[in-house]
Amino acid sequence: MDSSLKQRLDQLVGSSPIFVFMKGSKLMPQCGFSNNVVQILNAMAVPFETFDVLSDMEIRQGIKEYSDWPTIPQVYVNGEFIGGSDILIEMYNSGELKEKLEIALAS
Amino acid sequence: MVHPDQVKAAIAQALPDACVEVEDLTGGGDHLQVKVVSAAFAGLSRIKQHQLVYGALRSELASEAIHALALQTEIPA
Repeated sequence: MDSSLKQRLDQLVGSSPIFVFMKGSKLMPQCGFSNNVVQILNAMAVPFETFDVLSDMEIRQGIKEYSDWPTIPQVYVNGEFIGGSDILIEMYNSGELKEKLEIALAS
Repeated sequence: MVHPDQVKAAIAQALPDACVEVEDLTGGGDHLQVKVVSAAFAGLSRIKQHQLVYGALRSELASEAIHALALQTEIPA
């Protein structure tokens, strides 16, 4: 990957303790999977930032390579990729997500 | 779009022991729900487990023949 693209992605991922690459915005998700992630994070009442990959083809392709993960949405906690919609739902249901986010936001 | 059998075949090639269930959510062949049970997942994080399956479907996902894939992975009991 191009180093300036990698740098942009590092910057985005590091810009907030909880960061989501998604299709659409928090208020208007453009895909059911992205909507799942937004709904879960809203339900947990945690602060998070998002990036709309539909607005930037370079980021849209680059993020897939960055995480070796072929789909959107992608959720990062303190810079670490934790999964997409399916994994987030599982972690939410098991209580693991609450624990992880509490630790992340406390640090 | 892809046929559920193509998805099963691609996953079986990467994970020969896998038991794969594919559900076509819309009937259009591009919104799929897939459940994979394989001993190959033992000891791996969920991200690594999903990456194994995504790897098997790399070309279908890259071409967006599969637009949406809800994935569930399990280790056999």
